[in-house]
Amino acid sequence: MENNYDIIIIGGGATGAGVARDCSLRGIKALLLERSDISTGATGRNHGLLHSGARYAVTDPESAEECIRENMILRKIAAHCVEETDGLFISLPEDDLQYQATFVEACRKAGIRTEILDPEEAKRIEPSVNPTLTGAVRVPDGAVDPFQLTAANIIDAKAHGAEVRTYTKVIELIREQDRIVGVRTYDRRAHCEQTFYAQVVVNAGGIWGQGIAAKAGITVNMLPAKGALLIFGHRINNLVLNRCRKPTDADILVPGDTISLIGTTSSKIPYDQIDNMVITPEEVDILLREGEKLSPQLAYTRILRAYAGVRPLVASDDDPSGRKVSRGIVLLDHAQRDGMEGFITITGGKLMTYRLMAEWTTDLICKKLGLNVPCRTAELPLPGSTESKKEVERKIRHKPTTQRRSVISRHGDMADRIADQDSIKNSLVCECEEVSIGEVEYAMENLSVNNLVDLRRRTRIGMGTCQGELCACRAAGLMGKKDPICAKRAKADLASFLNERWKGMAPIAWGDTLRESEYTTWVYESVCGLTDETEKTTVQ
Amino acid sequence: MNIQQNTVSENNFEQCIKCTICTVYCPVAAVNPDFPGPKQAGPDGERLRLKQPDYFDASLKYCMNCKRCEVACPSNVRIGDIIQSARIKYGPKKNTSLRNYVLANTDLVGSLATPFAPIVNTAVTLKPVRYMMDKVMSIDHRRIFPKYAHGTFTSWYKKHAAASQATYPKQVAFFHGCYVNYNNPQLGKDLIRIMNSLGYGVNLLDKEKCCGVPLISNGLYKQAERQAKTNLSSIRLAVNDHDMDVITTSSTCTFTLRDEYPHILNLKNEDVRDRIELATRYLYKLIQSGEVQLKFKEGMPPLRIAYHTPCHMEKMGWGYYSIELLRMIPGIEVIVLDSQCCGIAGTYGFKKENYPTSQSVGEPLFRQIEASGADLVASDCETCKWQIEMSTTKACEHPLTILASRLA
Repeated sequence: MENNYDIIIIGGGATGAGVARDCSLRGIKALLLERSDISTGATGRNHGLLHSGARYAVTDPESAEECIRENMILRKIAAHCVEETDGLFISLPEDDLQYQATFVEACRKAGIRTEILDPEEAKRIEPSVNPTLTGAVRVPDGAVDPFQLTAANIIDAKAHGAEVRTYTKVIELIREQDRIVGVRTYDRRAHCEQTFYAQVVVNAGGIWGQGIAAKAGITVNMLPAKGALLIFGHRINNLVLNRCRKPTDADILVPGDTISLIGTTSSKIPYDQIDNMVITPEEVDILLREGEKLSPQLAYTRILRAYAGVRPLVASDDDPSGRKVSRGIVLLDHAQRDGMEGFITITGGKLMTYRLMAEWTTDLICKKLGLNVPCRTAELPLPGSTESKKEVERKIRHKPTTQRRSVISRHGDMADRIADQDSIKNSLVCECEEVSIGEVEYAMENLSVNNLVDLRRRTRIGMGTCQGELCACRAAGLMGKKDPICAKRAKADLASFLNERWKGMAPIAWGDTLRESEYTTWVYESVCGLTDETEKTTVQ
Repeated sequence: MNIQQNTVSENNFEQCIKCTICTVYCPVAAVNPDFPGPKQAGPDGERLRLKQPDYFDASLKYCMNCKRCEVACPSNVRIGDIIQSARIKYGPKKNTSLRNYVLANTDLVGSLATPFAPIVNTAVTLKPVRYMMDKVMSIDHRRIFPKYAHGTFTSWYKKHAAASQATYPKQVAFFHGCYVNYNNPQLGKDLIRIMNSLGYGVNLLDKEKCCGVPLISNGLYKQAERQAKTNLSSIRLAVNDHDMDVITTSSTCTFTLRDEYPHILNLKNEDVRDRIELATRYLYKLIQSGEVQLKFKEGMPPLRIAYHTPCHMEKMGWGYYSIELLRMIPGIEVIVLDSQCCGIAGTYGFKKENYPTSQSVGEPLFRQIEASGADLVASDCETCKWQIEMSTTKACEHPLTILASRLA
């Protein structure tokens, strides 16, 4: 029967993608449904920190151990998404230096390598660090690109037979007595409803999982906590900077790709506000004020954007008040918990533990399907990480240096799939992030790109300092060439891309960022005639 | 709320709003597709190099350091400085070929060549010699070499001029540069004649080394820094101990002493920077102040002169002074050529790999010169002079040489 799968995964974040990959590798026929694009939820809205676990060592040893294990695994299986920068936990005069000993001991117990540095040594290896520091501990923190990580999982899942449908919203869980047997969906691009059946449906909707479970009449209490972050225009630090004290607001500065990120704040928000993320001036203020303490340079470095994500925190089942929060992984077998067969919820956890979450989920699926196949995701490298950077370098020797390094950092060993036979293919679409025409075409052909915002998540176009000023129209041109769409829709797509860029700039719109966005507005509105009218048309 | 008042970044690279005007004005980007242009090589590349130094692209060597990008930039980004600094910071550390060493060490080569000037000058015009330099050293065989003088300016000065300078009521120091010293002592003599006629004695600096611009563009940064330090202490001596302004006839030497020292070599000079002056501007200001007056010969034949604004002159914004000074000379008609790069950019155009770029960059200027109907071209830059004389049918002289020839 058509539209029949072994399992259906709802949610295209890192967890959903991880489950799809794990299942496919174990021979389970999977369908992944995502109402928007992949990595649009919390997956794409965090620090991109490759936690060593040190942050949790004192307060949550279990999470710390999970983190360091997954940290070491990701370095191997997702090498092209990871930057092995290491991190510092610094003590400032206002901090209790005694905490350092507690911290180091907790790290040791969790199996996290530490090295105590004297302040001078810390300043030498990380010149941007607050020079008044009184102590520093080096830990194996790093940076991870969540977009590339999720994309690589999707690519591998598809390569092993999984089907992925983005812009497909689940409107109903089909129930036969005490069993979920499938889902009814709405295709947001084709504007039609469809039905898919499977033996097991996995709810990997992150914070949106509460709503999905509710469709089966099941209560999962999520406790949405908003976290805001600021992106700075360029790399300020090359080592992750943390405060050596109990975790609090704005105490992590991560060097991610071409930029640095300070975050996060933490504030509870009502569940009905999870799709309405607004950064307040107070949040920007906290991030800057606290961030400056890690690196004083933040006070005078250009800010590119502000954004916020929602942590998928879950209230513990044994506590009806919802106060006791677990930061760990929450895997709910609704057959056991609620007497509902064929339905699993995987939530909680962190980007760092997406693979482990997928492993647990797939183990449970296997049990339900009566399969006995071991998990291999901890050993099998993801596409992009099967060859070393050096080997890939050799294959694409002929590309200009900067472009070569950029595509390898984004696509790993898949970089050689990008066309570069002539100078046109090597011409840049995005100049800030060195994205060529060849790369954009590769993404459009192979990485399920439906609009300019999707394209940004696959290639980083528009993520640089110009925030789409130069690349948006070029990319729109290439999109139009590949798949001739009506001019009205193309204009609407362009407008929605630019508005999405503006949304991130608005909370920090001053100085050069404001000047540049005014210039962009002038180019698109006054020169190209892209007016408000086009914005009102919905995209997708 | 503590809102950031101003964002600050080295060389203002974050002030770039990607308008791309710099690339439009870049003479190299227009003719050499291997050069990604100042925006890419400068602020865009800097962001990537901050991420990881190995994003450094070897094509940055194609930048001529003409600074026309900086003149064009509406956001005050020091694009040329970003590129030069990146070459120092991230570029190959030992990239000095024999060729680059010879081209860069104008002082050393000059002092070796001047005693044998007649032989050297003849030798470099011989086809086999040029062919050999092309093959062995990658100096393009089509490039015509500047002539060396038989004897340096400084040795002439010591013999014939030094003694009389103290008799003038006012004193000024002269940074002669390599060109005056080894190639064209006449320009130094002309300057002394002009200054003396206005009541100014001309003194040499205590110790003078090449300003360092060829060293910087050929990757000999340490040596450039050493020489700059020597020059700065000599300049400080002249300014502080003897209260003398320091003037130079070369626009590039002036620019280097004033701006490249602090921006590229990180040597502070703000205490003396305002006292380092281009000779034509110094003279123009003296005349404008009414303090002095030039007396010209009468009945000289009319002369049509086309003035070419060198890139570093454009960067300083001082082309005006040379042009107006020329206009003060009776019988001289001045046409101002479009401000565009001649393509030689110091030692850049001597290199075989740059020769086609160099000549393509200069092409529009050469055409304009030929069509101008001028008798003579004038320019404050010696390497522009070489390029123009090699690539057009016209001779090119320094404005002060022209002025001195008509002095009463």
